[in-house]
Amino acid sequence: MTTFASTNSVKPTKPWKVTKRQLIPNFSLLIAAAIATYLVVALTPMKGKLAYVLLFFIFGTGFQAALSWSKRGKSAAVDTLAASIMMTGGMLVFLPVVSLLYTTVVKGFKGLRPQIFTHTMESTSYSDPLTSGGLLHAIIGTLFLIAIATVISLPLSILTALYLTEIKGKASGFIQFLVQAMSGVPSVVAGIFIYAALLLTTNLRGSTIIGALPLAILMIPTVTRTAQEVLLLVPNELREAGLALGATQWKTVATIVVPAARNGLITAVILGVARIAGETAPLLFTLGTSDKINWNIFSGGQNALPYYVWSGLRDGTEGGLQRAWTGILVLLMLVLTLFVSARIFGSRKVK
Amino acid sequence: MTFTANPPKAIPEKRQITTKPRVSDKIFRGVLTVMSMSSLLILTLIGLFLSLRGFQAFQTQGIGFITKVDWTAGVDGSPDTFGLGAMIIGTLIISATALFVGVPLSVLTALFLTFYAPERLKRALVTLVDLMASFPSILFGLWGFIVLMPMAEYWAQLIHKYLGWIPIFGMPSPAYTRSPFIAGLVLAIMIIPIVTSVSREIFNQTPLDRIQAAYALGATRWAMIKAVVLPFGASGVVGGAMLGLGRALGETVAVYSVLNIVFKVNFQVLYGFGGNIASMIVGKWGEASLTESKALLAAGFVLFVMTLVVNLLANFIVRRTVKTGK
Repeated sequence: MTTFASTNSVKPTKPWKVTKRQLIPNFSLLIAAAIATYLVVALTPMKGKLAYVLLFFIFGTGFQAALSWSKRGKSAAVDTLAASIMMTGGMLVFLPVVSLLYTTVVKGFKGLRPQIFTHTMESTSYSDPLTSGGLLHAIIGTLFLIAIATVISLPLSILTALYLTEIKGKASGFIQFLVQAMSGVPSVVAGIFIYAALLLTTNLRGSTIIGALPLAILMIPTVTRTAQEVLLLVPNELREAGLALGATQWKTVATIVVPAARNGLITAVILGVARIAGETAPLLFTLGTSDKINWNIFSGGQNALPYYVWSGLRDGTEGGLQRAWTGILVLLMLVLTLFVSARIFGSRKVK
Repeated sequence: MTFTANPPKAIPEKRQITTKPRVSDKIFRGVLTVMSMSSLLILTLIGLFLSLRGFQAFQTQGIGFITKVDWTAGVDGSPDTFGLGAMIIGTLIISATALFVGVPLSVLTALFLTFYAPERLKRALVTLVDLMASFPSILFGLWGFIVLMPMAEYWAQLIHKYLGWIPIFGMPSPAYTRSPFIAGLVLAIMIIPIVTSVSREIFNQTPLDRIQAAYALGATRWAMIKAVVLPFGASGVVGGAMLGLGRALGETVAVYSVLNIVFKVNFQVLYGFGGNIASMIVGKWGEASLTESKALLAAGFVLFVMTLVVNLLANFIVRRTVKTGK
């Protein structure tokens, strides 16, 4: 439809905007590509879903490129080709995410019943039908682990971040380097380190508090790096204002800088917790194990959601796998909650 | 508000101005400095404990601990042979597969997100990538085992059928299940978030004037990317890929769930067995004697050093690129 603009008010046009008419050749090309794909699959020995997808991609991009070649020459054709390849590559990456979420929800939902939140595996084995047993003990264990790991790592990482941003001492570069090195420590190494240091030659056995130690090691670099970024966002004027009012540096940091960065620091902690909530490997060496709720953090084994999933997977029976999927669904919900709350806190501006 | 008159009783004494920090500040600085050394302490302790406890293995096996490819705990006093070679090769093969698949996809995604995607789609996709980074590794393991494996076996058969003449795609007898190829694919998906976000960060730093100059000279979008963005970001992408490699080297649970761990050298990625250091430690741990446990700790030390070197190199490259834009 065309609109007639009156003579004295000219409606702005957007000549760069793609009109519906310009889309017609694109769509017809896609249809042509689909037909060509079908013909090739029907007439040649190439068969299967993969053949359809691949051929459709080849024909689709080929036709588009040919069209732009006929219109605007070779470099335009190359440009079109590159654009389609990038779009396909970009989309390809998100297939696994969607598949991961979809599978977890569909498979995990089957085992999701109220009783799993009130029962433990005390008198149930993994292969038993899902009407018995639950993962209450694993949830409580995970919460314990998160709490202890946070209590240990929080002071260390926030103070390290403050050292890097507020004092900027001689060792800053070196500490930065160490924090980066620490963020690369594989989780299994953190686990066997705690084992080698505390369990190998002593009478200690795996317990909640020992299980939390490798998690704290893994949490420190994440929290430190995020906290550092957030503290750097606090405007320098605030610090100068504090000092100009006669406050000591300690007072300035405690009453101005840290409160100003509060939301960001909370985000840092949440990201750290999300990093460790699903860690499995270190727990295999340090947690011991338990089929029931263990309120004593200093002795006796403990369970945790990732450990529960691991046990279900190792069990390998149908019941075990179903328990694993349900466990991973609960774990994923925890991680997603953390992720969303980190987003919410992170999106608020530094005051 | 009322102002109460409060005349000064006497002129206060002139305050002494000094740059010396007060006691509270001294304590504050002291505490921060000490605490910031915690990372040094932890890293040193990790290196120290693993190497000390694993010392026996290094001592008895010598350099063979890394070069030999046989790992057998001696029975009844016969000497043990602990050679990590097969697992080091396995680690490298799986990680190489992961990089080979994951890095091109990540770079394409980063380019798509930076230069092609419309704003809304971009925001949604960036959130998805971040979300993917927060998935627990055991989820990847479970998913890889149940969902990806059947598909990947089929792909492996196709690769073998058409590219089987290349030695690494060879297959002595048809066994496509639980192969290093599938473990590599799972790792590829796991490293995509980090490689993508590092590449995106680097591409975002491309100087705008150079981009505009390229467009002004009549470049198409692809020509601009080829002439400006890729040369600018190349070393940063290499750094990002190495960060991904650091992650892939140390991955345990996902590899253990997917791979059929056998202690032998296997160069054929499609053939159904292999291993990496981290998953071997978990696999052997359960029934290991004290001596073997110590050898496993030594293996952990090797892994620790490998990831440390890769990560530091990667960080060095990325930071240099971000700073100087070269």
